[in-house]
Amino acid sequence: MNTPIRRIAVAVMVLILLLLGNLTYVQVVKAGDYRDDPRNQRVLLAEYARKRGQISADGQVVAQSVETDDRLQYQRQYPAGPVWSPITGYYSVIYSSSGLERYADPVLNGSDDRLFARRLSDLITGRDPAGGNVVLTTKPAVQERAYDELSRRGYTGSVVAIAPKTGEILAMASTPSFDPNPLASHNTATQQEAWKADNAADPATLTNRAIDQTYPPGSTFKLVDTAAALQNGYTPDSQLTAAPNITLTGTNTTLENYAGTQCGTGQTASLREALARSCNTAFAQLGGELGADKLRAQADAFGIGRSDLSIPMPVTASGVGDLPDTAAVQQSSIGQRDVRLTPLQNAMIVASIANGGQTMAPHLVKEVQGPDLDVIDTTEPDRIGTSMPASVAATLTDLMIGSENRTSGGGKITGVQIASKTGTAEHGTDPKNTPPHAWYVAFAPAENPQVAVAVLVENGGDRALEATGGSVAAPIGRAVIAEALRGGQ
Amino acid sequence: MAAPEISRAAGAGNRADPPALPTGRTIELLLLVFSVVIVTSALVLVEANQEQELTPTLLYVGLAYLVVLGLAHLAVRRFAPYADPLILPSVGLLNGLGLVMIHRLDLADADRAALLGQDPPDSLVFRQILWTALGLALFIAVLWRVKDHRTLARYGFTCGLAGLVLLALPGVLPSSISEVNGAKLWIRIGGAGIQPGEFAKILLIIFFSAYLVQKRDLFAGAGRRFLGMELPRARDLAPLLVAWGLSVVILVFERDLGSSLLIFGMVLVLLYAATERVSWLVIGLSIFAVGAFIAYQLFGHVQVRVEVWLDPFTDYDNRGYQIAQALFGLGTGGVGGTGLGAGRPDLVPFAESDFIFSSLGEELGLIGLASILIVYLVLITRGLRSALAVRDNFGKLLATGLAFSVALQCFVVIGGVTKLIPLTGLTLPFLSYGGSSLLANYALVALLLRISNAARAPLTRRPAAPAVPIADAGTELVPRPTQGPGA
Repeated sequence: MNTPIRRIAVAVMVLILLLLGNLTYVQVVKAGDYRDDPRNQRVLLAEYARKRGQISADGQVVAQSVETDDRLQYQRQYPAGPVWSPITGYYSVIYSSSGLERYADPVLNGSDDRLFARRLSDLITGRDPAGGNVVLTTKPAVQERAYDELSRRGYTGSVVAIAPKTGEILAMASTPSFDPNPLASHNTATQQEAWKADNAADPATLTNRAIDQTYPPGSTFKLVDTAAALQNGYTPDSQLTAAPNITLTGTNTTLENYAGTQCGTGQTASLREALARSCNTAFAQLGGELGADKLRAQADAFGIGRSDLSIPMPVTASGVGDLPDTAAVQQSSIGQRDVRLTPLQNAMIVASIANGGQTMAPHLVKEVQGPDLDVIDTTEPDRIGTSMPASVAATLTDLMIGSENRTSGGGKITGVQIASKTGTAEHGTDPKNTPPHAWYVAFAPAENPQVAVAVLVENGGDRALEATGGSVAAPIGRAVIAEALRGGQ
Repeated sequence: MAAPEISRAAGAGNRADPPALPTGRTIELLLLVFSVVIVTSALVLVEANQEQELTPTLLYVGLAYLVVLGLAHLAVRRFAPYADPLILPSVGLLNGLGLVMIHRLDLADADRAALLGQDPPDSLVFRQILWTALGLALFIAVLWRVKDHRTLARYGFTCGLAGLVLLALPGVLPSSISEVNGAKLWIRIGGAGIQPGEFAKILLIIFFSAYLVQKRDLFAGAGRRFLGMELPRARDLAPLLVAWGLSVVILVFERDLGSSLLIFGMVLVLLYAATERVSWLVIGLSIFAVGAFIAYQLFGHVQVRVEVWLDPFTDYDNRGYQIAQALFGLGTGGVGGTGLGAGRPDLVPFAESDFIFSSLGEELGLIGLASILIVYLVLITRGLRSALAVRDNFGKLLATGLAFSVALQCFVVIGGVTKLIPLTGLTLPFLSYGGSSLLANYALVALLLRISNAARAPLTRRPAAPAVPIADAGTELVPRPTQGPGA
């Protein structure tokens, strides 16, 4: 009877080996899938059981975790919700996270490599592990002013303010905005309701217009044309057509100046005058003369078309679109056709001009702190490109001062010279009867720039078809600049 | 097989003298201490990770467990001095780890209740400790009362009948008494309940072993040859068909896939061991396949189990939830586990009973689970080794049946919770929460120790004839021997 018993013993070992093999499959091969499955609450519960780090700006806390007595031990709070939500994002049990909550998550939840030493000491000393803190580059006063300027007028739009020398983002507002607090609620119904409302909102609230959305830049794109021209033999006094309209090369399509006016008084207009008056025909001609390659090269030098930009949230790529023929280049030279920029990209362009042609990497995180607020890492300014030589930047600044001085709209700041460009971009299927997007890009003080801004107001703000960049966007831009300069920037 | 041979050879001494040969009892005691150290460390880890106060009480708990196991050890010393020294420590380790995990889940439940502002739920671990104590008492009682396993062979048919009754009872009783979570396995009176099927399992093993030894020559009889195998005669198929019928009845009336599978597999293996005929396995597996196919076609609850097994995630919110959560737990644990007390095994429904293996897997990881499987393997192979070494056929069959039933039950349960095979719903011997399972398995281990004692004891102690000391019998009338239990 011993032979079958031995065989049974072998069979038992085979059964155990099968179990071990299967366990290896489950716990090693498939482990990652199971661990990261969104329905697996374990990681989330572990994350909630740890104190998540705070997000603060200049000492003001904009996102923090406070202890609760429910199953998820810590509740996320956003003291000034909608003002900061384009930056902070939300942190939800059901709907995951967005913004810095998502893209600075390793720091906030404590798993970042820079917090390794801290984790090790937590382990040894038995201290409760906690996440690191994120300190923003953002200035609370500027951020609040930007949000307030947009929201009190009921505008749908965005403001981005950058410190040109460092790339620090001083403000990044988007309106209408959402309140992240109900999404972070530990009550499922509250979360679901808020999520439904936020997703149904029109205009969208969860979209961060500064980086998630691209818009036709309109006349603000003439800065790119001018930068290219000044590096390709043109001077501020180069003469361009002053005609009220021109026919695009090789087509029957006419392109006309704003309100069909002559560009100044003469037959021709200088580049300086054409930029100050924002003459479409002159820039269409200029663009056509420069050609697709030079225009695109200049756009690339400003960072347009980069898809790898992150602040640390990923920034939607801007682009100039296809430029198959001269007509396309002419049309694109005035920031129409397929040219699309994010407000952040447009702010980067003026910041680069303000910084003598040096483009700095825009960023939101100034410092990473340990749970005890000790600084673990500081973001160093990073130059990511050169858009033009310093001399060209100086000339361009000069031309932008001319533009600013011709721009109407309120909010001029006494004693501060702003250099700017406005844009009024048509869009939609019926562009003449759709309120245009209003743009204002600027930096100040012109002689020693401390702040560069881009303001975008969708669909004409409150001026509908009458809207222009100067009347709708410029006052907001100037107010934000004033606030930034007041802060001792 | 070397060890028993050596001890047998060395132990050819006098019965009255204290045995001079190694009995393995010292090794057993040392291993028991080692088991208790592991269990106590596990308890300390749980308390530390659950932020409980670390007090000397934990050491006393460990010591108390050592004392209880020590009593069992003394009983073994007294009643089965040559028993296998590895079996009891393995059982002590498994049972202890089970207790620690049940305690850890108690803490999680108490935590949740506190957060919800409810009264803490009943502590399961205290009941399980009570069951452990009762189980060890039963263990000692079995060792004490069953002096020679061969006497059990005489009660073969009694055991068979009792087993059948116990097995059938929950199926016959009204659902209010017998049904828990869809399966009719229980006899519940008041708050306490037992699952008679756990005991029926052992009784049926005794019955089949006795019956097969008695009729062994019949089954080995020649039948027709087919594909190189000797087929048994049709009328000899009876026991197998009885087992098959039993399994079907359990499946239909008690909706218990696990027991059904267990009993059928057990009988099949006993038949094979008794007859040494592979044809039995082939026939058995064939009718198993047919039965499984028909069951799948006819019974909704079988189909559900199979669907959930194939993809637990399609019906994640309902029927797939439990197995999906178990897989999430196992995956989150990974190779090293989250650490005892640091995971969330309480997210799996029935984490302390059917799914205790996934609870352990989440916190101890693959390394911990592999270790536990190896402890089971030690337990099972030591049982089978006793089967090899023991000299009577009934003992061989009985030990094989008992050891294999532990193996099959482990495979069915562990395979079920790790999605290797469809989930059936049995308890894991010694680890899972559940009184009946613990009691029955302690009785099972006591029988295994009894058989291993017979296998390892010096030859002279065991006369080949029935254990009636003729010298002491005096002029009494010796009952007429009916059937020689030995070979």
